[in-house]
This record gives sequence, structure tokens and C-alpha cells, in this order.
Amino acid sequence: MAEAKDIQEEVQKLTAKDFVSDQDIRWCPGCGDYSILKQVQSVMPELGIPKEDIVFISGIGCSSRFPYYMNTFGMHSIHGRATAIASGLKAARPDLSVWLITGDGDSLSIGGNHLIHLLRRNFNLNILLFNNQIYGLTKGQYSPTSELGKKTKSTPMGSIDHPFNPLALCMGAESTFVARALDREPKHLRIILMRAEQHQGTSLVEIYQNCNIFNDGAFSGFTDKQNKKDNSLYLEHGQPLVFGAKEDKGVILDGFEPRIVDLTTGEFLKEDLWIHDEKCRNKANILTRFFDDPSNDGALPRPFGVFYQEDRFRYEEALYEQLETVKKLEEDPNLDKLLAGSNTWEVE
Amino acid sequence: MTQVHEKLEKVTVLFAGDSGDGIQLTGNQFASNTALYGNDLSTFPDFPAEIRAPLGTIAGVSGFQIHFGSVDVYTPGDRCDVLVAMNAAALIKNLSRLKERGTIVVNTSGFDKRNLRLAGVEAGQNPLDNHSLEGYKVHEFDVTKLTRESLKESPLGTKDRDRCKNMFVLGFVYWMYNRKIDSSLEFLKTKFANKPEILEANTIVLKAGYHFADTCETFSNRFEVKPAKMPSGTYRNVIGNQATALGLIAAAHKSKLDLFYGGYPITPASDILHELAKHKNFGIKTFQAEDEIAGICAAIGASYGGDLACTASSGPGIALKGEALGLALMLEIPLVIVNVQRGGPSTGLPTKTEQSDLLQAVYGRNGEAPIPVIAAASPSDCFTMAYEACRIAIEHMTPVFLLTDGYIANGAEPWRYPKSSDLADIKLNFAKERSEEEGAYLAYKRDHKLVRQWAIPGTKGVEHRLGGLEKDKETGNVSYEPENHEYMVKIRAEKVARIADFIPKQELDSGSDESKLLVVGWGSTYGAIKTVVRELAREGVDVAHAHIKYIQPMPNNLGEILANFDKILIPEMNNGQLIKLIRDQYLVDAKPLNKIKGVPFEAREIKAGILNMLKQ
Repeated sequence: MAEAKDIQEEVQKLTAKDFVSDQDIRWCPGCGDYSILKQVQSVMPELGIPKEDIVFISGIGCSSRFPYYMNTFGMHSIHGRATAIASGLKAARPDLSVWLITGDGDSLSIGGNHLIHLLRRNFNLNILLFNNQIYGLTKGQYSPTSELGKKTKSTPMGSIDHPFNPLALCMGAESTFVARALDREPKHLRIILMRAEQHQGTSLVEIYQNCNIFNDGAFSGFTDKQNKKDNSLYLEHGQPLVFGAKEDKGVILDGFEPRIVDLTTGEFLKEDLWIHDEKCRNKANILTRFFDDPSNDGALPRPFGVFYQEDRFRYEEALYEQLETVKKLEEDPNLDKLLAGSNTWEVE
Repeated sequence: MTQVHEKLEKVTVLFAGDSGDGIQLTGNQFASNTALYGNDLSTFPDFPAEIRAPLGTIAGVSGFQIHFGSVDVYTPGDRCDVLVAMNAAALIKNLSRLKERGTIVVNTSGFDKRNLRLAGVEAGQNPLDNHSLEGYKVHEFDVTKLTRESLKESPLGTKDRDRCKNMFVLGFVYWMYNRKIDSSLEFLKTKFANKPEILEANTIVLKAGYHFADTCETFSNRFEVKPAKMPSGTYRNVIGNQATALGLIAAAHKSKLDLFYGGYPITPASDILHELAKHKNFGIKTFQAEDEIAGICAAIGASYGGDLACTASSGPGIALKGEALGLALMLEIPLVIVNVQRGGPSTGLPTKTEQSDLLQAVYGRNGEAPIPVIAAASPSDCFTMAYEACRIAIEHMTPVFLLTDGYIANGAEPWRYPKSSDLADIKLNFAKERSEEEGAYLAYKRDHKLVRQWAIPGTKGVEHRLGGLEKDKETGNVSYEPENHEYMVKIRAEKVARIADFIPKQELDSGSDESKLLVVGWGSTYGAIKTVVRELAREGVDVAHAHIKYIQPMPNNLGEILANFDKILIPEMNNGQLIKLIRDQYLVDAKPLNKIKGVPFEAREIKAGILNMLKQ
């Protein structure tokens, strides 16, 4: 116990600085990644986990440089596969706090397959999906989340790829924790990061991240002061869906259809609105479909916060439970017996 | 009729029938029984790629060949002494593999009009009636009818009754070779413990087949193959893939590491996963991943976390794992990759055997990416080499390729299995906790073997960042320095080359420096080459045989051995791959002998190749 106390004291002494590595950061000046890195470094000391028990694993892309800047264990792996590597690591070492850093190209294009399988298996780890809707490291091609018609170097006449709705995809893949945050809303991001770590299972946090070089302003509808409140909906469990600069708008659920209502006319009160329930899969499915272009008339606001949270068994727990069950049923492992098998014979 | 016991040294029996006839089970039962009886043996299962290939057709024929004897047996036999044909297609496909005056055991119900048509036999040309089998000893009986007859009282339906007919044949062949049926009775009891009706039916039919052979008087003689004179010790029967799995388990147990296996089902490697999954009491974590890439990547994650990690596949799957292999070698972490080779390229011949992934293992990655490559020579050698793969991976912090192939992976042989105490120790080199006063941890600092430490998460003070980008030679941080890159490329190559100091020296399996010719083999050609070289020695032709098990790096003394011979022949089941490595590294004028037919070499083919070269 004394030892556990020592560790706790030592962990409590950690500050954000302890999580800053000695490597120069190589993201472009003004990149949204800086803000996310800073929030992650500042949240780490609050988790109460010894530094050596934290691992950051990434794939390939701008965001995947992240582990180099964290003074923890880290692996900058190969394109799209961090999800599979992290799965193996958690199977081997359930004791570790594993953070997976990925982007829209890394996890929704080349690594799409591993992402959906990780989500359904529900290993206890956190995925931070930096979505900038562009390929930055390869200098500006459209990504699977770029909007239809996007003009880039590889799509001079506009993209004809219908984009993914990442959170709807994750819900479809049986995700147990689905959330969205923004690089430009650091306080909210910190809350979501804490929630992600607290969730026992795979936490998927999509973070809108501005690429100021190749896709500047992709999320300005949700970050510019003049209109962000009219376009964004901040979710809180048990609270009504209210948004707007003066908290003057709300969302009701009319059958299966969400509808925006005016809270200033007296026709609707806050009590009449859709009350957010993180535990409701059906409502979370509808919320992920709030995916309109904010510049369109009557667009539904884009939700931020925790859409869905479910407690479901973790793959690694089931794995070790099976091993324990076998250990109880069968005799202790005896290598000599195993090598001999069931039928042997002697040669003189 | 009086029965004569005829004593034989070696016999080859080929069981053949529809892929749904239970031929593989029949063959495996006969092999287990043969092993317990004390014969040396070698088996070769040969089945169609389709699980239920079209019934009655040539394409749907499944075969199981077993060669056993009272003298050393190293191959499943070239041509067979006895062909058991369950239908017309089985007979037509395999008749050319039967020796002159060989014995044919025929199920006549498999020669009805429909079966003859499906086998492509023209009307009126039923081989059982048209005298084409004259010169063979043919035993015909209606297995289906006899099986149904023996199960008159059984509550089972016709379909289930008919499924017992392989047991009739098994009983029949047991009688032919003067065997007891006890081992198969025991097997049935275990297999059908929860299905008493099926157990009873199979038992009745097995006995019926045995007694039928005894009483039907079709045989004037009964054969006996005396137990082989093998080195003294305790033996068991083992199948190659099973031996590979046992080797991995043994290495994990000896090194006190948890074994993690990440893989995706693929023929002919899946049985390694199945075997490992059976032994979870050893704490083995098996992970059936969503694809080949995830299989190896999960293994990389597990190795990074401190498990002994392994993945297995076959050619197409290995191709998919290529990028991850490069990552594992950059990370310099232990990883065992088993390639149970099959016919290629592309999907190729999934159920057939080939040695055509050697160059893929040695060279098949982007960049300068050396990975040690070793190969197993026989089913039981899969154990030894799987253990070696783990030892090298852990002690040298590197991914290691183990090559086997469909032939030895599915083949069986007696195995004088080792005691756990006889297995080599495996030395672990985990990084220890460090205090801040000791300064920054240097993740890529190397020892005299050029090996870095295994620094796993959870170890205080050794936090560091790894990745696929080129690394600084000491810290492991990203480095684009030109000098550093060249240094790292060379040091990674040298690290693998130095493994040659930690593997056994090459020995001659047969012959001496004075022999007229050296046969150099690798992998599953071992048995065929050994058989030929011994046969030639008895005939007064002195030929040497070296079998290379460590291919990258090769043993330090291999060059000296090769230099002793003017004539070097390299038989391979490919279009010439080891020969490229040998010529490249040793500048010797070795000659190839290639067979690329999806089936192993027959001893006589290698013999012809040797004699031909000796004439020149």
C-alpha cells in the first residue's frame, strides 16, 4: 500500500511540462494540432496515471507526428494501422493507458477497416481522430471527409466522392463512446478528453482541426465568433438541445425528424425540447445525422460533446477471463506433457 | 485358403476418394496407428481447394498417402503399393501413381453409371470391366452396401450411415497390415463422446471392415511391416503445423513470456492458429484479426508491450504484411513470422505445396530491409525451427521469418520429442527502470551483438518514441542526417549478419568432402534428397548432402563446404531461388533442379538429376 501511495504522490506532482518531449515541433505555424497537443499535455497530469504507463500510438499523416512530442512511451507506426497495433498492445498489456492519434486519411481511408473492427471489439483505449477534411502531409489532396465538389490538386474539377459522416460510421460500427470536439474550443476539448479517458471501452473523439495551409476555414462556421453559436449545438447529458447566439433556438424530435424551433415566440419552452440522453442509441444515431452544411438555410446545428456512451465488455477483459477460466478447468501448464501429447511409444 | 504372412520393409498406401468421403480422417487414423505400432512413416495429404468440390469428379478427389516401414522413411513415397479408391474418379486420377503389379482396393458402389460419367469415363469403358486393370491385384467390394448392411439396426438415417463407410475401409486396411484397431476405437470414443449413436455406428463399421477382410478370403496373404529400428527414445506422431505451434509455446514457456498470436485464416497456415487456441492453459492469447495486416500489426503491438509475438500466413498473406515487416525491423522488436508456403503467384495453388516464397522472405520489402530467414526440413523439424525463430527474434531483437510449406505442414512423422529441460535457454534483455540522474535513455544503444534493449511501456525512466521514420543511431529520435541513415542501414544489415555467430555450423547430412557431388537443399526437400543419397551410397555412388536451415544469414562455414565440390546440385520446388542466393554469395557454379508442379519431389526425380550431372 505504501508503494501505491508513493506512486500516487509522485503522479500528483506531474505537470503539463512533464509531458513535453525534447523534440522540436514540426507542424506548420498556425496549425490546429498545436492547440490539441497543448490540451492533451495539460490533461495528462489530471488523469493520475504514471507517465511510464501511458502510450501514444499513431499512424501516418500530420497529426500522427503527435507521439514524438509527448514525453511518454510512443510509436509513430505505419499508415492506417495504429488501430491494429494498439489492439495488440492492449491485448498484451491491459494495464496501460493507450491513446491513438489518427487523422481522416489515416483512419477513414487507408485504415478504415481496422477502425471499424477496433470499435466493435471495444478495447479500452482512446482514439483522437483529427479531422481536417484534407490530406495535409501529401500537400493538399481531398480526403474521405472532404465535401462534395471540393477542388484540390487531385480534383481540379471538384471531388465526386460522397464524403463519410465519421460519427455515423462509428455508430454503425458499434462504437461505445462517440464524441466531437474542436481545436478552437480548448476548454470543451479538455472536458471531452477527460470523459474519453474515463470511459471504459474504445472512446472515439472526432476533433475538428483547422489546416491553415491546405483547407483553411473548413470549420469556420463553428469557430467564427459571429455565427458559431447559431451553427453549433453543445450537448450535455440530461439537458435540452438549445443553441443560438442568445440561446434562442431549440431542437425537438418530431417523430423521427429533428426540427428547429424558435424559443422566443412562447410557442415552445425549454421543457418541450429534445433532452439529450447519452445512453440512447437511437437518438445518438439521429444526432450524428445533424450533418448539414451550416451555410444552408434551415441547417440543423452541428452537435459537439458526447453523443453516445455505453458500458459494454472490453475485448481484453473477455480475453483474460477466458484464460482464467481455462486455468481453473485445466491442470497447470506442463510443457513436458504437452510435448508428449496423448500417444507415445518407446523405442529400445 | 491358407494365409501367408508376407514381411515387407516399406509400404506406401494411397487412400483416395471424394473430398466428402472422410479420406483425410481415414489416412490420419492409419498414420497414428502406424506410428504407435513403431514403424517410421511419412505422410502426404493432397486435397482439393474447395471444401466440397463437385462430387464424383476428378477435381473433387482427395488423397492421403502414407509411406511406412521398418527402415528409415524420409518421404511419403514416390509411387504407391496399394491404392484404395472409393470411386471411379479416385482410381482414374491416381492409377499412374500405383506401382506395377500393385494392389487396388475398390469400392464398387463408386463405379455406377453416374460416377463413371462424372469421372469422364466413356460408356462401356468401366475400368473394372474392360480388363485395363489386368496386371494389378484388384479387390472389389461394395463398401456402401456392406456398411448399410452392418448398420441395419442403427437408428441413424441413410445419410449418416453412409458417412461411416470410411471406417469400413480403415478396418479393412488394418487387417491387411496385421494391425490392432484399438487406437481408432479410442479415437472414436473421444471424438463422438457426446454422440453415442454415431459412436456406435462407426465402431460397428470399423469392426465390420476388419472382420470382413478376415473372412472374405480375397487375400491370400497378409502383410506385415516390422517396427523400424529408430534411435532409442520416446516417440510420438506429429504434424508439421502442430509442431510449429508447439515450438512457439515451448519458447514462450521457457522464456517465461506470454505468447501472443495475431493472424488471419489462410490455407495452409490456419492449423497453427487452431493448435495454439487449444492450449490456452499456457496463457496463449490468440487474436483472429480482421485481415492479414491487422494480424501482424497486432503482433507488433503485443511485442512492443513485452509478449512473445507471432503471426503466420502463406504467400498472399505475407505479401500483405510487407509494410508491417519493415516497421518491425525498424522498431527492432522480436517477432516471428511463419510462412507456410503454397503454390503461387497470386492465389496460386492454395492446397498445393511449393518453395517459391524464399526470395519474398529474403528481399520482399521496400528499402534495405534485412530479416533473418530460417526453414524447417520436416514435420518434426518445424518444432525445432519454430523454437529457433523465437530464440533469434528475442536474443537479437528482430523479426524472423520461419519458412515451412504445405507438404511438411500437413505431413506427419514420428518425433522423438525433447524434454523441456533439453531446450536451449532464451536470454531476455529488457530495459530496467532508470532514475532521472542516469540521464536520458538511449533507445538504440547496442551491445556487442549490435542488439538494442527491449524497452517496454511501464518501465519507469525509459519512456521513448519509436517509429518507422529513420532514427538517430543512439536516441532513436527521427533523423534525416545523411551520414546517420547510411550508418543505420549498414548497422541493421550487420546486426543480422552477426547472427551467423550464434547459429549452428553447417554440417553434411550425408557424404564427405571427398564425395563426387554435393546436393544442397533447403526446407521440405530434405526427405527426398536423403532417401536418394542413401540409396546411391548403397549402389556405390558417393554423393554428399548439405541441408541449409539457416538461410539469412547462412552458416559461417558454408562457403568452405561449397568450395570442396566441383559439382553442386540444388533441387528446389520453385524456378530456382536458393540457387540465386548461393551463386550471389559464394560465386559457385551450382546447377538447379526444379520441380514446380505443386507436388513434392519424388526421390527418383532427384536421383535422375544427380546421375545426369555426374555423367557430365
